[in-house]
Amino acid sequence: MRHLLSTKQLSREEAIRILDVAEDMSDTQQRAVKKLPTLRGKTVVNLFFEDSTRTRISFEAAAKRLSADVINFAAKGSSVSKGESLKDTAQTLAAIGADGVVIRHSASGAPAVLAGSGWIDAGVVNAGDGTHEHPTQALLDAFTMRRRLHGAGSRGRDLDGVHVVIVGDIVHSRVARSNLWLLRTLGAEVTFVAPPTLLPSAVGAWPATVRYDLDEALAEQPDVVMMLRIQSERMHEAFFPNPREYSRQWGLSAERWATLPGSALVMHPGPMIRGLEISDEAADSSQSTILEQVANGVAVRMAVLFLSMTGSEAANPTETEIA
Amino acid sequence: MTARTVLQQADINRALTRIAHEILESAKGGSDLVLLGIPTRGVVLAERLAAILRGIEPGLPVDVVGALDVTMYRDDLAHHPTRTPQPTSIPASGIDGRTVVLVDDVLYSGRTIRAALDAIGDLGRPCAVRLAVLVDRGHRELPIRADFVGKNLPSSTSERINVRLLETDGVEEVSIES
Repeated sequence: MRHLLSTKQLSREEAIRILDVAEDMSDTQQRAVKKLPTLRGKTVVNLFFEDSTRTRISFEAAAKRLSADVINFAAKGSSVSKGESLKDTAQTLAAIGADGVVIRHSASGAPAVLAGSGWIDAGVVNAGDGTHEHPTQALLDAFTMRRRLHGAGSRGRDLDGVHVVIVGDIVHSRVARSNLWLLRTLGAEVTFVAPPTLLPSAVGAWPATVRYDLDEALAEQPDVVMMLRIQSERMHEAFFPNPREYSRQWGLSAERWATLPGSALVMHPGPMIRGLEISDEAADSSQSTILEQVANGVAVRMAVLFLSMTGSEAANPTETEIA
Repeated sequence: MTARTVLQQADINRALTRIAHEILESAKGGSDLVLLGIPTRGVVLAERLAAILRGIEPGLPVDVVGALDVTMYRDDLAHHPTRTPQPTSIPASGIDGRTVVLVDDVLYSGRTIRAALDAIGDLGRPCAVRLAVLVDRGHRELPIRADFVGKNLPSSTSERINVRLLETDGVEEVSIES
């Protein structure tokens, strides 16, 4: 795997391989010495054109645990037009000697442009582009579900038959899109729940069930409920009347949480707004995976960096020669 | 391409039985032993050695076998297609202060063992590390040697040594392909 640009491009085998490698990475994170020498001498650039704390520090921790050197490049406030700035930036990074680029950009498709441009010879990992995809978030969500559902026997397994309900701002959410493609590839069923104003107009073409009523969706006793953040910066666009009404209709309240089976998981990509989309009872329950998701994020990103930054396509040795 | 069988099932069993005795002799008993197999076939061989050791030395600890994956410690990751790591499992009692015997099927350049020594360093501090291999085919690129060898097979670098075990391959033999 040279680049990770979207989960839509991943086959079932590729996705399971990433998750299996992440299992091994996660095991190493339980040890006293967490650092591996794997990417020693390589340089990873975190190229963030958009604000991010969690994703950036998660990638930074992942790269450092693999002994790579990390350069954080915050390009916020750049007023140069997208195509030109990206090209200039990429050529600058190539001159610095970057082996891997983790990019977050407000324009959908920017990582794909960077990967296909020839401006830089580095593995490109999409850390969120516009409203397109956020593949490592979906991978860590799938990893978390797989571990909770299959336990120690997770390796090699998919999510066949698992029913996942994703609630909230679907229209702006690259997490929802990446999760949809990956979960479908792994055999899970996906239901989106949101007010009609927060669903994309093309949602009918997606392989997901769409509901407007959260109580109807929860009555189906899903295995996983994933709450998305309602972004206060978008409140003024009148997608719904006010936060209290949203919370009443689409928030995971204590009452709604109590109707779910004891085995159901509650997930949130963070940062969560308690009292708006999620209640304390749900967020702090033993079925909440929110902190596990953060820890698993480092393991999954280690796996992605490992798979995209090692290996040469040309070489083809036999197992015996390696031994 | 012709293949010549150099060890058959009975030969492999005899070699492992001898290695088991040698391990016990050099460690003066089995009370502080840990066998770490290098995936994939090294783990199978380590389990077989443990079974033989239990027959000889009833006082052997219960969790004596582990698996040590060295993928993340290799120095040739940039020169080969991306490798998929295999699980590492260390006995719950750890390796600190114990005698670790690394077990692998073929000893060749020594680079796998170099990586394994680094991996062990991150897991703890054994009182000694030994190396047991089923086949030593020569051509070392590092100053590494095995303490316990099933069979020395002087070979040309153009030849291939195939180790096949019942558990992983359905047949049991060591052959040279040239």
